Amino acid sequence: MAIDLTQFHDAFFDESFEALDAMESSLLKLDTGSPDAESINTIFRVAHSIKGGAATFGFGEITSFTHSLETLLDELRGKRITISQRICDLLLKSVDVMRAMLGATKGKQPIDAQAVADLQFDIELIIVHRDAGAAAAPSSATAPDDSGAATGAPADHEEPGRLVEWLIELRPGPEFFERGTDPVRIFRELAVLGNLLVTAHLDALPSCQDMHPGRCYLSWSLSLVSDAPEAAIREIFEWVNADCDLTVKASGGALAPRKAAAPVPTVLQPVSAAPPSVIAEAAPPASAAQAANAMDSGSIRVGVEKIDELINTVGELVITHAMLSQISRAVTGPSSEALRTAIQQLERNMRQLQESVMRVRMLPISAVFSRFPRMVRDLGQRLEKQVELKITGETTELDKTVLEKIGDPLVHLVRNCIDHGIEPAAARAAAGKNVVGTIHMNASHRGGSICIEVSDDGGGLDCERILAKARTAGVVGANDNLTREEIQELIFLPGFSTAEITTDVSGRGVGMDVVRRNVSDLGGKIEVHSERGRGSLFLITLPLTLAIVDGLSVAVGDQTYILPMMSTIESLRLGPTQVTTIADGREVFGFRDDYLPIIRLYRFFDVTPRARALHDGLVVVVEGAGRRVGLFVDDLLGQQQVVIKSLETNYGHVAGIAAATILGDGSVALILDVPDLIRGASRREAA
Amino acid sequence: MTRPSTDPTAATQGAVSQVLTFVIGDVTYGIDIPCVQEIRGWTAVTRLPQAPVDILGVLNLRGAIVPVLDLRLKFGSTNVQYTPVTVIVVVSVMSAAGAREFGMVVDGVSDVIDISPQDVKPAPDLGSGASAACIRGLIQVAGRMVVLLDVNLLLGRESTAAGPESDIQAA
Repeated sequence: MAIDLTQFHDAFFDESFEALDAMESSLLKLDTGSPDAESINTIFRVAHSIKGGAATFGFGEITSFTHSLETLLDELRGKRITISQRICDLLLKSVDVMRAMLGATKGKQPIDAQAVADLQFDIELIIVHRDAGAAAAPSSATAPDDSGAATGAPADHEEPGRLVEWLIELRPGPEFFERGTDPVRIFRELAVLGNLLVTAHLDALPSCQDMHPGRCYLSWSLSLVSDAPEAAIREIFEWVNADCDLTVKASGGALAPRKAAAPVPTVLQPVSAAPPSVIAEAAPPASAAQAANAMDSGSIRVGVEKIDELINTVGELVITHAMLSQISRAVTGPSSEALRTAIQQLERNMRQLQESVMRVRMLPISAVFSRFPRMVRDLGQRLEKQVELKITGETTELDKTVLEKIGDPLVHLVRNCIDHGIEPAAARAAAGKNVVGTIHMNASHRGGSICIEVSDDGGGLDCERILAKARTAGVVGANDNLTREEIQELIFLPGFSTAEITTDVSGRGVGMDVVRRNVSDLGGKIEVHSERGRGSLFLITLPLTLAIVDGLSVAVGDQTYILPMMSTIESLRLGPTQVTTIADGREVFGFRDDYLPIIRLYRFFDVTPRARALHDGLVVVVEGAGRRVGLFVDDLLGQQQVVIKSLETNYGHVAGIAAATILGDGSVALILDVPDLIRGASRREAA
Repeated sequence: MTRPSTDPTAATQGAVSQVLTFVIGDVTYGIDIPCVQEIRGWTAVTRLPQAPVDILGVLNLRGAIVPVLDLRLKFGSTNVQYTPVTVIVVVSVMSAAGAREFGMVVDGVSDVIDISPQDVKPAPDLGSGASAACIRGLIQVAGRMVVLLDVNLLLGRESTAAGPESDIQAA
């Protein structure tokens, strides 16, 4: 009659991954010189609650590993082992291993047992070494997990490090199963403590006809060889005590202490008694701690699809409002003024509702930033560079979808900064810089968008080498003169991987072009500003959300198109003399010391325009895929926020179109995908 | 703008199923009622660039963006007109990617008829025309021949995904 536990698996994994993140960040903050007791407690609690959950769900490997880890942490907490850099590294590695184990278990993949066993061995080695060192000064003790303080005086057998054979008799009452008790789980937990032998007694088993499926007819004799104290064993039976007859006693003969590398993790006894206060706060039951946390933050977990549904409905509302207000303008009569006032009121409420709903999807960017301290530390160590990471603005919020997709580009940028940006310490000293390089990540809101900056104080981009590389690759003509900005833009070209430009560590497989593509897929853009010898700054600008876009609506013939504001620079009316037609009918015009090609939208979309002559319509300068072009349209209609509607749900992808939206009159307008449009246009030219 | 009954029992009883008939030129076609979402009058659609000729564009169906296919163009008519009496039948089909909706432009909707599966005759080999590929069978109703179409095969993209199942379901 066991409850189906699989329904809780997802929650366990979610919580465990979050807990590991918390553990990692506490570890990184840990100052090995004077460790802060609270951080160690946090780390300990994380390990403990993962162990508890894993044991409940029967994830043996995770339970076993976290148990060892917990033992080590308890020693650290009791200050019986001092934290060294080595231990800190080991703990960080444990976070990785646990993450991998959880990931593998979640994906029902096999766990990399070797990696786990190696690390577990290292951890136990540290515990044992401490034990060996302290063995010279033995004293009475209680076990780390022991709630001995609560259950009474320690028994005689509880000498540190001694293995005792415990004989346990478990005679369940008939209602044992009906209360949801699973003896297998109990045995599994006992097996963690030591070597367990279970014998089931079948003598009370009735014949099949008389058997009641919900009743328990079995009883068990268990033999546990363990150094765990009696209280720790009894604790495992805590929940079943009322339903059964339980005896726990030592067999008498104490056994020799086990070797350190025993396959089953050892619970080692602390030598000096921990102060009572530590025991009291030692290991609050995992569930209680989590419950307390959940209550503290006053938050609830909601599925993303529920929120998306909410956002969609609000989007509908925005459109319905636009329809209403359009209709209300045509209404005349005595109540028309009241109607318009009411609709204005509606608009205010709706904006508020829309903002609140949007905010539900918003998460602080710290969720992404938090992985970088670890990465910078590891990579710095590997490349033997001293790097300090400064993070600011991590509370800046942005849409969850954007957040999930911005991680990889940022990782790439930061890697580049360490790899190619920051110079080795010697070179820095020679240049008169602080030997410790600094990488700064900052996030901030700017208008309706979010800016993420990644900067370093390293060597900066070497424009001459980039230009030379571009000339050999044929990207730039031999006699073309490029400004510094234009040269720096070249690093975003496909096939212009940074590994080729700069020196050593390469083989990343992705270049800056992928970063730019990822960013532009999110409707954002990336720029670089760099100064030789001073460092580089990468500036990513992203929309706050993917559900709504600030758009400029333009008319071409009888169609309305939306240009995302983020891609538009300015609009202008060209005089007949400003346009030059170059080879094969391509038109260019001068714009701020630059010549930009013109894309006639009516040709691209094959519609009949009202304006064919360039001076009759308008040109909107847009930017995308690292290039600027002028889009020729009939007219500008205005700027508005539009709700993004997928074309792909019922149709499919259309080149040059990002999505569709519904206008105030209920008609559909297409939202242009500017980078795709520019790429498409250049392909056409090439063809 | 009526929404025909989509009583599921009609389709699953096996004995009788309901078919919506409509006309294009002088031919009467029929499609299974359960896949019909809505019948609406002609409204201007938003054109899609680089679309096949018979895809007129997209329209807003209660917040969803739905493509509109002119069945008349697909079946080879050349002289098509869009007037207030032109009708769009919105249908929902199952594809590998899930349910999809699209609108079909027809000359006019005629009737809802009950048919027995055993009365459906297999279509003669009509070659490889656009309409031939989508025909499920023929049936004689009140002296007129009705061409039963498989809507799952109408949007070229789904041609392989859901065809056979819907045949079985109808049979």
